[in-house]
Amino acid sequence: MEDRIKKVSIVVSKGGLDGIYPGLIMANGARMEGIEANLFFTFFGMDAIIKKRMGKIKIATVGNPGMHMPSLLGILPGFSAFATWKMSKTMDKLDIPPIPEFIEMIADAGGKFYACKATVDMFGLKKEDFCPQVDSIINVGKFYEISAGGEIIFT
Amino acid sequence: MPQKQYGAATVNVDDEGFLTDLSQWTREVATAIAKEEGIADLTPAHWKVLEFMQKEFKENGTAPSIRKLNKSGVVSTKELYDLFPGGPAKKAAKIAGLKKPEGCV
Repeated sequence: MEDRIKKVSIVVSKGGLDGIYPGLIMANGARMEGIEANLFFTFFGMDAIIKKRMGKIKIATVGNPGMHMPSLLGILPGFSAFATWKMSKTMDKLDIPPIPEFIEMIADAGGKFYACKATVDMFGLKKEDFCPQVDSIINVGKFYEISAGGEIIFT
Repeated sequence: MPQKQYGAATVNVDDEGFLTDLSQWTREVATAIAKEEGIADLTPAHWKVLEFMQKEFKENGTAPSIRKLNKSGVVSTKELYDLFPGGPAKKAAKIAGLKKPEGCV
């Protein structure tokens, strides 16, 4: 038990439900085990902490081989919304919260949230665009500093 | 099956010390497990959580998730982490005499 993990820093780089959830589940799971958890959002993963986007994240039904269906079906209007709705219902039953609630839960559990400076600059975002749980906008160097002594997980 | 002695009580436990038979649970056993887990005193706030968890366990066969505890209004997520530091769901389940939670959230 001596070499147990004490800290994880998780990079969430992909958008969409299937891009964002794994990192959130791992961060929350870390806190449940008494492990310190940092989340660093970059590129489209950043949608998870942008106020006007976080509640509207969908699962991609086109070009997503994990959907196990022809992409032609996925282009039908409303299909992505339907798949998202189905999946959200199942997740709610398993007590996996919607993204905004999940972020609040992880923050209440003591997890820390950071936004990637390069992405913020690229998309022309400001601190006010993020949900209040976001601690700060940091560069890669600062991320490594915060992650020191722990494990880094890239999702 | 492993057993553990808490004061006058002997209880059946699994490999990680979780009680396997809730009927063997007493408040004294809970207090002793809490001490082992680094919680010196079980306050009324602790008991409220433990009692709710046992009620849920009896109804559903599993300990409630942190989300469910939060939504039930019994204890907020923040308070829960303060009451049972370093692994709230697991520690609270252990003290309440329930089996180890299996869910990921």
